Amino acid sequence: MGPVPHQPILNESIRNTYFHVALWMSMTIMLFTSMVFSFKYLRSGLLDHDDKASEFAKGGLFFGILGCLTGSVWANYTWGDPWPNDPKLNGAAVGMLMYLAYMLLRSSFEDEQRKARISSVYNILAFAVFIPLIYILPRLTDSLHPGNGGNPAFSSYDMNNEMRKVFYPAIIGWTLMGVWLIELRVRVKRINRFLRERVANADTAAKVHQ
Amino acid sequence: MLLYVVSTVFVCYLSFNLRRGQLTPIVWNTLFWIIILFTAVNAIAKSFSQERYGRLIYYYNLCSPQAIIVSKIIYNSLVMLLLAGIGFGFYAFVMGNPVQDVGLYLICILLSAIGFASVLTLVAGIASKAENNATLMAVLSFPIILPMLLMTIRLAKNAMDGLDWSVSIDEITTLLSIDLIVITLSYLLFPFLWRS
Repeated sequence: MGPVPHQPILNESIRNTYFHVALWMSMTIMLFTSMVFSFKYLRSGLLDHDDKASEFAKGGLFFGILGCLTGSVWANYTWGDPWPNDPKLNGAAVGMLMYLAYMLLRSSFEDEQRKARISSVYNILAFAVFIPLIYILPRLTDSLHPGNGGNPAFSSYDMNNEMRKVFYPAIIGWTLMGVWLIELRVRVKRINRFLRERVANADTAAKVHQ
Repeated sequence: MLLYVVSTVFVCYLSFNLRRGQLTPIVWNTLFWIIILFTAVNAIAKSFSQERYGRLIYYYNLCSPQAIIVSKIIYNSLVMLLLAGIGFGFYAFVMGNPVQDVGLYLICILLSAIGFASVLTLVAGIASKAENNATLMAVLSFPIILPMLLMTIRLAKNAMDGLDWSVSIDEITTLLSIDLIVITLSYLLFPFLWRS
């Protein structure tokens, strides 16, 4: 995947940027979209928005898990430990817990409107706490991650244009792939809702007939 | 609740059951904040679920949701302040007091009491709408409260070591901004919860 600059410690493993970092970026984009749809649901009350919000959160969670896995494979070779005690890793784990709690909250309601409204509120709150947890708190301490605590980084002066040529399209590509997966799931949900409503309508029509 | 804090502290004291000096400052600090965390969850979990249905309807007719959430946050902050203050006093009394900068430690208690109260009030509102709300409360609130808890423990550690205040400015501003974000969000989001 193209030539890369040779950094101490990182060497060829710098190519993991295309997977790990790009996955995290697109996860953040998805969770942000999920929050936007939750806002839209609260303003409009259309269940369609809530379906999208929940599927985007699920997609984000899936990409987050993939990001953790790619990160841990990389860490195994670079740091010699798949899960070292690092503030960014712990933050990521807590972030995942937050969204798992969101899924749990969704599953504990019967009534759809009620479920949508209350879980939207939690989704917005979770995103507002998720951002400081992932992007602000780790910056206050030293981290093993490249770019923190004097480690060589992928930042502007280390990443050359050869890498950017792959990195930015990778973010866009991962995001689009996630959107495609989410779109499929949203469509399945829509079809299910339509079928359920038709069955319900048929039932009431039959009762009226009797 | 006061009895809850005091007895938890006493249980910790008895179960460690070692000479006071042997507890390292880090263990001392972490243990204190974990006690406060559990106290907060238990105290605030009840703030919506203990009210009877009729009374909620009465409130609903009487005043705006914003007024309700702000008053609940203020009340819970005061409760937390009282519990944390007395908890700290009693904890320092039985477990020894290695804190060198008590002023900064009290500021830390103040900020965390407000923060815990505002996060947990909104989460209690969410959890009270679901059926099995005791478990849900813990599951929903722990991940959300964790960034705040970590900042607080770090700030408290600075206070214990008696570091200069300029070192902890970062922590104080972060804690303050998390508090502000959470309070603003509660103010904006609570009307949607209240309606259902």
